[in-house]
Amino acid sequence: MLTLSKFPDPDTLASAVVDRQRPAVAKALNLLDDKRPEARRLAARLLLLLPQEKVYASGHLVGLTGPPGAGKSSLTAALITLWRERGLRVAVLAVDPSSPISGGALLGDRLRMLSGQIDNDVFIRSLACRGEFGGLSAEVWPMSLVMLAAFDIVLVETVGVGQKEIDVSKLTDTTVFVAQPASGDSIQFLKAGIMEVPHLLVVNKEDLGLAARRTLAELRATLKPAIDDSSWQVPALSASAARGTGIVELADGIEAHRCWLLEKNQLTPRRKNFQAEWIVKRLGEEFGRFGIDSLGGTTVLMAELAQSGSSPFEQYDMLRQRFLSSWKGKQM
Amino acid sequence: MTSEKTESKKDHPWLMRTYSGHSSAKASNELYRTNLAKGQTGLSVAFDLPTQTGYDADHPLAHGEVGKVGVPIGHIGDMETLFDRIPLDKMNTSMTINATAAWLLSLYIAAAERQGVNQSQLQGTTQNDIIKEYLSRGTYIFPPEPSMRLTTDVISYTVNQIPKWNPTNICSYHLQEAGATPVQELAYAFSTAIAVLDAIRDSGQIEEDAFANVVGRTSFFVNAGIRFIEECCKMRAFVDMWEQLTRERYGVGDPKMRRFRYGVQVNSLGLTESQPENNVQRIVLEMLGVTLSKRARARAIQLPAWNEALGLPRPWDQQWALRMQQVLAIETDLLEYGDILDGSPIIDAKVRDLISGAEEEMKRVREEGGMVAAIETGYVKRQLVTSHTARMRAIEGGNLKIIGINSFTETAESPLTSGTDSGILKVDPAAEHEQIERLQAFRSSRSAAEVESALVNLRSAATSGENIMPASIRCAHAGVTTGEWSGVLRGIFGEYRAPTGIDISTHNMTGSGTVDSLRKRTRSTGDELGRPLKILVGKPGLDGHSNGAEQIAVKARDVGFEVVYEGIRLTPEQIVKAAEEEGVHLIGLSVLSGSHLELVEDAMRRLEKVGLSQIPVIVGGIVPPEDEVNLKSRGISAVYTPKDSDMNLIMLDLVNIIRESNGLERYDA
Ligand code: B12
Ligand SMILES: Nc1nc2c(ncn2[C@@H]2O[C@H](COP(=O)(O)OP(=O)(O)OP(=O)(O)O)[C@@H](O)[C@H]2O)c(=O)[nH]1
Repeated sequence: MLTLSKFPDPDTLASAVVDRQRPAVAKALNLLDDKRPEARRLAARLLLLLPQEKVYASGHLVGLTGPPGAGKSSLTAALITLWRERGLRVAVLAVDPSSPISGGALLGDRLRMLSGQIDNDVFIRSLACRGEFGGLSAEVWPMSLVMLAAFDIVLVETVGVGQKEIDVSKLTDTTVFVAQPASGDSIQFLKAGIMEVPHLLVVNKEDLGLAARRTLAELRATLKPAIDDSSWQVPALSASAARGTGIVELADGIEAHRCWLLEKNQLTPRRKNFQAEWIVKRLGEEFGRFGIDSLGGTTVLMAELAQSGSSPFEQYDMLRQRFLSSWKGKQM
Repeated sequence: MTSEKTESKKDHPWLMRTYSGHSSAKASNELYRTNLAKGQTGLSVAFDLPTQTGYDADHPLAHGEVGKVGVPIGHIGDMETLFDRIPLDKMNTSMTINATAAWLLSLYIAAAERQGVNQSQLQGTTQNDIIKEYLSRGTYIFPPEPSMRLTTDVISYTVNQIPKWNPTNICSYHLQEAGATPVQELAYAFSTAIAVLDAIRDSGQIEEDAFANVVGRTSFFVNAGIRFIEECCKMRAFVDMWEQLTRERYGVGDPKMRRFRYGVQVNSLGLTESQPENNVQRIVLEMLGVTLSKRARARAIQLPAWNEALGLPRPWDQQWALRMQQVLAIETDLLEYGDILDGSPIIDAKVRDLISGAEEEMKRVREEGGMVAAIETGYVKRQLVTSHTARMRAIEGGNLKIIGINSFTETAESPLTSGTDSGILKVDPAAEHEQIERLQAFRSSRSAAEVESALVNLRSAATSGENIMPASIRCAHAGVTTGEWSGVLRGIFGEYRAPTGIDISTHNMTGSGTVDSLRKRTRSTGDELGRPLKILVGKPGLDGHSNGAEQIAVKARDVGFEVVYEGIRLTPEQIVKAAEEEGVHLIGLSVLSGSHLELVEDAMRRLEKVGLSQIPVIVGGIVPPEDEVNLKSRGISAVYTPKDSDMNLIMLDLVNIIRESNGLERYDA
């Protein structure tokens, strides 16, 4: 059995990632996906080695979500083309569902994101959600950090309707919700407050005409005006990935939200908060509400995590151990 | 009443064809002339994949594919050579051409004109059914909407100018080859016919009183499987449903215009690599399905050869297939009787069954928004993949028995395959190079100014929406090439990638002990390697044979792999880029077009270049034994061909290949 040098060296890897070397980005993503203890240790180190400025203060982490078939992949393709024209380097994390029975998954989103030309400044990684983290895979957030270190825009695409898919909004700077014309679901969820409000709404397939216009009108009606001048006003846009219309407006809207975050000094705090969110969420998945409560509850945990300077994997493992040993103690 | 017929009253036999073409226009011309001398009564042209997908022989995507599975036709010179000494006013020519149908028909018309034959005298067929290309055959280029427009342009043009031409052959043949059941074949063929006829009606290119001619010229191309009684009923259902549809939906009064006219290629999906001699029986029995019932009898038949699953047929193999038809038509008494099935309550009940099933499925297609919409949403493709998966599971579970595959597998050695050529046609590898040389010589001999102005004219026809044919015929005469004609339209219409249909539910199809144990092994290997096993299934080159890749992808998901599949027609470069970005444990390339050596070599070189040569690569498809040796010496870990029909074994193998390449021990079977 091979044991030696099975894993890449995190120091070399980190600088190669920052250097935008594609093989290094791929290897770093593989390492972050790897659950073996040794890999986890190296991955933790890798995350700490990524330049803080890139990970916390620059680039743009965008979430794109919405019901199946709304055209998320097609819109992603259109956005990629536009962003490339604007000279931005783009990375995509495309999350697809896993089969609950076999654990397997079909990752087919690349199909629609493919353009004929080979472009080395576009990097797409598909991920199966593996039944964890709502509609999201637990690996998404750490992976997005590596991508931020090497690309200008990182887009996370996830599927789902209702509460779950909006989880992506807790891990991205800007969340775009893609609505399907003539499907009332999203509007119902918004109205009922089941779905957290995203930063941008876009009705795709405006080429379908009336149905799209009607959905847009309904969405607009559910949006409340901003509380005051300084809060973010959620726009409801209309586009057609098929015809290529409304894409510029969508990209501009996404950029406007980033500018707003920067202006309000919210980008960095938001990014820092992702880490705590991610850890609490993972603990919650593993041990349920009971677990979180016995660790002191969400608020206390978030505060504690915000203090600590160590890597997310270390923090997570530390809290996990704390819970397990306290629980063992009680059992005896 | 008329049961005793004499020899002189025997019906005319159907048109007998052999689907053929390879290497070059010259070689194919010789083949055609020999076949005609052997008693073949029509021509059926197979084009190579670059011609079908609109690339010139020297385009990078054409590499390895030129002259392989058909004849390369790059310009008027090739077309003239193809029909040299074959008088086009007398010939009935069927061309299996779709995305570039308007172009190949233009070349045909121009070649005829140069023979002194007026286009109005031409007889034959352009397949020209783009819908089934998205669903099965894979040689589409443009998105559905502009493709439908080209289809209707060809139909309108021929109905007005070439009255004896069959401008479109609505194909359900290819759907059965992709797994369709008889009900699905009926439903999707008629849904396609509706989409096409409605589009013609709405295009305004046909005078109202001429619309019946369009209906009358619409013919079909169907499949006939081994369950020949059911297939016979299917053909009777086709006849009845068409009669009703043309009368009720399109108001065609003249019964002659409502006749269901169809050609056939019998089923090839069920022809086996193991004990290939058994394919002869299969082919003959399948032919009964489309000939027994007189009122639903085929107009034209072409048969595959006994060596279908091994590779391309040699002239002798094709002769054998032709002789099967001749024996049935000439030696037997089949053609001496009226319809021997009329009046059978059993047949009638089965026909009714099929019709009601088909009507129900047609309703579902309507609910999706019609056939074109149902392609874009992936609905129909998913239905086909589901049926094919069910078929594969039935073979796997032994509910569907196939001799030589899952029953009676023992065999003596076959003398048929022991020859030096392994029993298949080998296309001369020099064919590509020679074709490129001819093409380049042709390009330098033509008038650049004429070409340019013909292309400008084509561009304006394409954007203005006027019929594409006159501008294309002008291009043909000017010496425009296949790649140039398609290139102009690609620029205007854009290109398309169709849904793969593999996102189907298999809940009620899976679950045997073997599958459970595979799932455990996939999972624990993933645990040992730190993350779930992830594979890439890639289809390099112009090959459109997606069945194998789809079935492998679905199966792999079902045993717990994470599977990246991006559909057909990718370059090795695109596949390698995807493998890198996706961080896969294994790459599986599926190639059935015969270009495996070139494409695999290209992919391997690129993998080395990006430092990924440690990822194991396997190859599946039509790979002759000597090529298998060759591929393995190039570092391919395993090669799978149609005889490896046990997909559970393939899956275990994939797990083991990944284990070995990562220093883990293999699992036992
Ligand atoms: C079905 C079929 C079609 C269908 C394809 C439908 C579809 N969407 O796939 C249709 C009717 C459309 C078609 C068309 C053509 N076909 Co065809 N077709 C076949 C046929 C009959 C069966 C192939 C098949 O689907 N088998 C079922 C699947 C499940 O099996 P499989 O692909 O072999 O996969 C198995 C293994 O090979 C392996 N495997 C394959 N891939 C992979 C990948 C991985 C990762 C792994 C692990 C394993 C693996 O595992 C699978 C499970 O057992 C074969 C002959 C035959 N009987 O094999 C000819 C055949 C492949 N076709 C052939 C030709 C020439 C054509 C055309 C090019 C003809 C023309 N000139 O126009 C056209 C055009 C197609 C195109 N665009 O490329 C030739 C190829 C000749 C050659 N290689 O030398 C063949 C061999 C027939 C012949 N003898 O002439 N075809
Ligand atoms: N009419 C129209 N169809 C579109 C448009 N965008 C996408 N589609 C179609 O909608 C279907 C779904 O598109 P995708 O981009 O795969 O949608 P998705 O949301 O990523 O789908 P999932 O990955 O299944 O969740 C496809 O058939 C597209 O062709 C559009 O702007 N107009």
